[in-house]
Amino acid sequence: MITKMTITNIHVLNQDSAYDFYVNKLGFKLVDDIPMGPESRWLTVSPPEQPDLQLVLFPVTVSKIFPKDVAETLIGLIKKGIFGCGVLTCNDIFATYEELKAKGVEFIKAPTKEFYGTEALFKDDSGNYFSLQPLNNFGNENSI
Amino acid sequence: MEQYPKVYLYRRIVQAKLFIDKNYAERIDLSYISDEACFSKFHFTRLFKTIYAKTPHQYLTWVRIEKAQQLLREDKSVSETCFLVGFDSLTSFSGLFKRNVGVSPSSYQAQMQQLKLAIKKSPVSFVPSCFALQHGWFEK
Repeated sequence: MITKMTITNIHVLNQDSAYDFYVNKLGFKLVDDIPMGPESRWLTVSPPEQPDLQLVLFPVTVSKIFPKDVAETLIGLIKKGIFGCGVLTCNDIFATYEELKAKGVEFIKAPTKEFYGTEALFKDDSGNYFSLQPLNNFGNENSI
Repeated sequence: MEQYPKVYLYRRIVQAKLFIDKNYAERIDLSYISDEACFSKFHFTRLFKTIYAKTPHQYLTWVRIEKAQQLLREDKSVSETCFLVGFDSLTSFSGLFKRNVGVSPSSYQAQMQQLKLAIKKSPVSFVPSCFALQHGWFEK
C-alpha cells in the first residue's frame, strides 16, 4: 500500500538561481545541498511545514540523463511555461500573494475566485508554474 | 483581483512581517512597527496573529531561532550566534532555542557537525539510490 509521496523532481535551469527562489523567496527549507563531484550537486528543499516531502531541484543540463536534443527540448518547454508543478497551500492567500509579489515573484494570475475556490498562479525562476491556494479554500478566504 | 477586500490592511501587515524578516538581528521595538503600519499595538497584534498564527513577538523569536540554526550549521560559536540573531542574553537564547528545537544550541551544533562529517565521508549514501544510479554517482 502506498502511503506517501516523499521525493519529487522540479526540473530547473540553474540550481543557484533555483536555490535563491525556493529558499529565499518562497521560504522553503533547505534539506540537502551535497556536492557530488565538480559539476553535480544534490539539492533538495521542503515546504516549510512539510519536512517529509523533498523537492529535488533537478538541473536540466546536457548529461548522461539528458542527451543534447532532450535537454534543449526540455529547456525550451520549461522556458515557455508549459509545466505546472502542483498546488502550494498557504494559510492566507492574500498575504502570501502580497509577500511574494514584494519579493519579486512573477504572478501570472492574481488571487481570483473560481468555482473551486480562490487561486493564484505564479512562476518559478525557470518558468515552471504553481497554483497557490488557501488551506481552507471553501470557507471565508479573506481572513482579516 | 488586485483590489481584493482589505488590500490596504494586508499590505501593511505584510510590510511589517518583511520588516521583521530583514531586521531580526536589530533591537526591534514592536510598538514602532505598529506605529509605522498606522495601527494600534492591539489591532496590529490581532491582525498579524490572524494571518500568521503567531503574534509579532512570537514570529520574531521564531525567525531568530531559525537563523540561529543556520549560523550554528555554519560553525559560528554559540555566543556569537546568540548576538548575531539579536538576543542580549545567552541564557534566554539557549532556553528559547531548546524550547523550540528540542536540544541546546551546542548539542544541535554537535549533531550538525557529525552529520556534515558523515556526508563528507560518503555523500552518495545521503542520496536515494535511484537518483544516484541515474546520475552515475555510485562510489566504486
